[in-house]
Amino acid sequence: MSRLPLIFLVAVIPFLSTLCTSFSPEKPSDRRILVLLDDLALQSSHSLFFDSLSSRGYALDFKLADDPKIGLKRYGQYLYDGLILFAPSADRFGGNIDSAAIVDFIDVGHDLIIAADNSASERIREIATECGVDFDDDQAAMVVDHTSYAVSDTEGDHTLIASDDFIQSEVLLGSNKIEAPVLFQGIGHSLNPANSLVLKVLSASSAAYSANPKTKLSSPPSLTGSAISLVSVVQARNNARVLISGSLSMFSNRFFRSEVQKAGSSIKHAKSGNEQFLTELSKWVFHERGHLKAVNVRHNKVGEANEPSMYRINDDLEYAVEIYEWSGKSWEPYVANDVQVQFYMMSPYVLKTLSTDQKGLYFTAFKVPDVYGVFQFKVEYQQLGYTSLSLSKQIPVRPFRHNEYERFLTAAFPYYGASFSMMAGFFVFTFAYLYNK
Amino acid sequence: MEATNGTGKSPPTPAAKPDLLSTSSAFFSDFLKTLKLKTKQQELLIRVAILGLVYILAFSTRLFSVLRYESMIHEFDPYFNYRTTLFLTEKGFYEFWNWFDYESWYPLGRIVGGTLYPGLMLTAAVIYWSLRFLRFAVHIREVCVLTAPFFASNTTIVAYFFGKEVWDSGAGLVAAALIAICPGYISRSVAGSYDNEGVAIFALLLTFYLFVKAVNTGSLAWALGSAFGYFYMVSAWGGYVFIINLIPLYVLVLLITGRYSMRLYVAYNCMYVLGMLLAMQIRFVGFQHVQSGEHMAAMGVFFLMQVFYFLDWVKHLLNDSKLFQAFLRITVTTAVGVGAVAMGVGTASGYISPWTGRFYSLLDPTYAKDHIPIIASVSEHQPTAWSSFMFDFHILLFLFPAGLYFCFKRLSDATIFIVMYGLTSMYFAGVMVRLILVATPAVCLISAIAVSATIKNLTLLVRAKSKVANPGAGKGASSAKASSKGLPDQSMPFQRNGAIALLVGAFYLLSRYATHCTWVTSEAYSSPSIVLAARGAHGQRVIFDDYREAYFWLRQNTPPDAKVMSWWDYGYQITAMGNRTVIVDNNTWNNTHIATVGMAMSSYEDEAYDIMRSLDVDYVLVVFGGVTGYSSDDINKFLWMVRIGGGVFPVIKEPDYLVNGEYRVDKGAAPKMLNCLMYKLSYYRFGELTTEYGKPSGYDRARGVEIGNKEVKLEYLEEAFTTSNWIVRIYKVKPPNNRCWSQLCASTRLDFGIWLHVNVVAGSMHSASSTLNWVLFCASFIITVFEQAFIITKMPLAFKRHRSSSKANLCPLRAIWKRE
Repeated sequence: MSRLPLIFLVAVIPFLSTLCTSFSPEKPSDRRILVLLDDLALQSSHSLFFDSLSSRGYALDFKLADDPKIGLKRYGQYLYDGLILFAPSADRFGGNIDSAAIVDFIDVGHDLIIAADNSASERIREIATECGVDFDDDQAAMVVDHTSYAVSDTEGDHTLIASDDFIQSEVLLGSNKIEAPVLFQGIGHSLNPANSLVLKVLSASSAAYSANPKTKLSSPPSLTGSAISLVSVVQARNNARVLISGSLSMFSNRFFRSEVQKAGSSIKHAKSGNEQFLTELSKWVFHERGHLKAVNVRHNKVGEANEPSMYRINDDLEYAVEIYEWSGKSWEPYVANDVQVQFYMMSPYVLKTLSTDQKGLYFTAFKVPDVYGVFQFKVEYQQLGYTSLSLSKQIPVRPFRHNEYERFLTAAFPYYGASFSMMAGFFVFTFAYLYNK
Repeated sequence: MEATNGTGKSPPTPAAKPDLLSTSSAFFSDFLKTLKLKTKQQELLIRVAILGLVYILAFSTRLFSVLRYESMIHEFDPYFNYRTTLFLTEKGFYEFWNWFDYESWYPLGRIVGGTLYPGLMLTAAVIYWSLRFLRFAVHIREVCVLTAPFFASNTTIVAYFFGKEVWDSGAGLVAAALIAICPGYISRSVAGSYDNEGVAIFALLLTFYLFVKAVNTGSLAWALGSAFGYFYMVSAWGGYVFIINLIPLYVLVLLITGRYSMRLYVAYNCMYVLGMLLAMQIRFVGFQHVQSGEHMAAMGVFFLMQVFYFLDWVKHLLNDSKLFQAFLRITVTTAVGVGAVAMGVGTASGYISPWTGRFYSLLDPTYAKDHIPIIASVSEHQPTAWSSFMFDFHILLFLFPAGLYFCFKRLSDATIFIVMYGLTSMYFAGVMVRLILVATPAVCLISAIAVSATIKNLTLLVRAKSKVANPGAGKGASSAKASSKGLPDQSMPFQRNGAIALLVGAFYLLSRYATHCTWVTSEAYSSPSIVLAARGAHGQRVIFDDYREAYFWLRQNTPPDAKVMSWWDYGYQITAMGNRTVIVDNNTWNNTHIATVGMAMSSYEDEAYDIMRSLDVDYVLVVFGGVTGYSSDDINKFLWMVRIGGGVFPVIKEPDYLVNGEYRVDKGAAPKMLNCLMYKLSYYRFGELTTEYGKPSGYDRARGVEIGNKEVKLEYLEEAFTTSNWIVRIYKVKPPNNRCWSQLCASTRLDFGIWLHVNVVAGSMHSASSTLNWVLFCASFIITVFEQAFIITKMPLAFKRHRSSSKANLCPLRAIWKRE
């Protein structure tokens, strides 16, 4: 029983590799990224970040945000697979790009990195709001933190923050722990509470607040404490990924190379955590990590190979699905012990955890419940950082046919006896009555 | 016909009868003397010729619908019947028998094979197969379209024999002619009306005829035939319950009136036992004959017959009247006691199910209105208006009492039966519009007796010219009086002239009847209701084919597994014509599921979205008549959705949709009304449209008002298709937002799903209503006739404003609503 899926897997693997090459959004070799800048000088001042991308095989296309020739798509085809928006102050974009075009870009499944700063324009705020993130309404506000600021030579206004309050996720931030704090200088944002798709990756400390550092606080700031998110990510339902940061300078070479010492801490790191943090995060955003796919969903009656069009109540069935993760180069088996399948009709009738062979195959067997109707095999797999798998396959379950019930039940023998003796008795009686005169 | 009497103690036969018979045969022989054939042959020839003509007439008058429109299936239920017949002819009987249909009642599914009456489909399939065998390459649709007219023709033959059995062959011929064109019957049997009733009325009349024949002759063979007729009826229509209650009631009446005889014993026992065993073979009926309260009367009467037989035997043995009286008392008391205890134990233990709500609503016309809105919402379940009686029966309505009079004048086992059939079915016809159909054969037969007897007596008077016409005082006005006396020697002044005048009057009436029937058939009862016709501004015919346009769009443009939500009226049509899965349909077996749809339609859009997501709805279909003025659209049915939804989910409250108890859609409408899903879907983009010259934009022609909410914005749905006259509008349910997923929504959705599931499953297991005891059952039948007066007083109240119409039969002229 367990060999069958194995053989199947072996047969499928060569096929998979061809699948991968035709699966262009996941293939780094032809990933083209449009980088929109306020000022072409950013290209050199943020070169470390861009270099890490191009060294991983991305083709970056640098354009000024108000360049009239730029466009995300031509003749209905998207020209780019990703967009980096390092143009916080751009009030309007060139060509046919506007915020609606950028939202559409996400909605067809492409990725986006937005960095804002304290000059963030309405366009940038609009796009962020569409993604479930609200930048502080106060145009002059910045995140100020008097307890975990980065120690520097001059006292400053404590807007340069050293934060190490990362999200606990290896998928998002890689398996190596980020030792050094991340430098951040910019505006904060809050997450839309109704939106469960957006995640806070780097949050401010509980002592932070968002206000104009140059003026005295006249009223309590609207954003305070750990409600302030510094860097957030969004994974849309179609698995498009978005990174939103309130600081453009955190991507800069200066911050990448800068040494950092968090206020109140004696440890002085020779290099800030920015490079590791943003490189790992960009790997996630551009699907080099945490991208799952489920293939070969199949189910059949125990002992049969073909998928039936309908089950009968109380049938025994087998269900199997293969789940793979994209490693940046190839599809690797995804290993977990918490994938579950539901046999669902308005509510789950069966809920089973799938067993795995550690090679990407997940399988289980169960009995169809004693209820007829239109059921669904449902796999709803949502793990932090991973693409959400939502598979459903409709399958009707029918009741017994008239000739599928058991016959000649032992318990019914008295009734059989009764009817046959009645028939015989009737016959004898008729005979006796008619001919015994 | 031989006059048959019961036992010796039955009342003597009316003395007039032998006279009447002999004079009538004399009349016939006189009349036919001019012809060369022998009298008997002549009579036979004329009779066969008349019957043949009636047979053809019954068929051809039902073809108006084909001529006016096309050869198509009508209305709602016939589409289901057509779909199942198609399945039967394609996949064969066993597949049909075990068919589990997962395209309706999503996600519950429906065991079609076990929840339908297969008689109609099998009949059509057998006709189809035999035509194919004879090398007629017909399409199954043509067979289905013409099944009902074919069986209506057969019914006329049965009516002839029935009339002959009850009265004489003249009455039989008149009955055949009357029933051939009676609008009450035509309404359910025009070509294309492929519904159970089409064959069921034939089966009903056949069963009754064979049973009466069996009672008259005491023959086992006729009783067997009756049992098979009953089997066919059970296989064809749920109305068989009427038979299984009427026949025991009739037997009971015969027992009470002292007409018990061996003939009755043989007829009833054979019919009941065999009929019951045969009926159990129908899956949908199953063990109901021994387990359901509705069938217990028949069983009780069956045991009572045995008691009677036993008593007869004991009386024969004892030969001592005093001892027998004592024995009788003890036996009857014991029998009734045992019966009552058995019934009580059976009901208490749940072995015998209580009556269903439908049955209650027949006995008490107000029951459904208070307890089962889903039954009350159907227009054909409404109490009947006088106008409907007049429309469907015309002069028969006046001839019926006259016929009853004749029946009472000449009581026999057969006339008692027809009287009881007439009275009970008239009562039921008063309770529900659709049951006019069941009353029609009885009304035709009884009226035929009146017509036949009257005309026969009048012609006798006319022919009695040789007798001395002695003038005197008084008038020969009352035809009934004259005919009931019927004897030429009691002659009156101007007798002959009066008789001639009355004959002319009778023929005038009958010709009016024929004209009326033809007019009704061609104008009112031939509309297929899925294709609408109206008169244009210049008097030309305008055809609205929007339903089929919409269903064809669904079939062509949506994914094959798309789920369509609509009000249940359109379920059968969507599955049959659109070939898409529906949430609810006209087989209203699960009230909760329908209530869920009703709740979705009457909720705000975001709440409705959650319900629709939990039911995996892809498309929503609404019917809207605001552009064309088509009045049986979803907005007019909407209050029933609210009521049915509110009956299960108390969140929905009817007063929220009314303003001062008034239902309106204009500016003064209730805020919830203006923003509920049904309103939004019906009036989306309607505010921009000018429907009528001189009226503001957004003028609803079906309700004659300017709508209250012209700025309808849809958030969770988008318009997918609207037919050319806006009658059907289809919306697509949008997928959830790509970048936002409200956690709040998600949790409530899950809760709602589970809650819904619990409710729906519970609803499907829930059987109708509380227990009522056996005594009430008997009593209610006895008071049946008296209740007729009651229902007549109730009738005007039944006409209130808003009612859903799945078969808009209430206004019989529904087909000719005006376009302008």
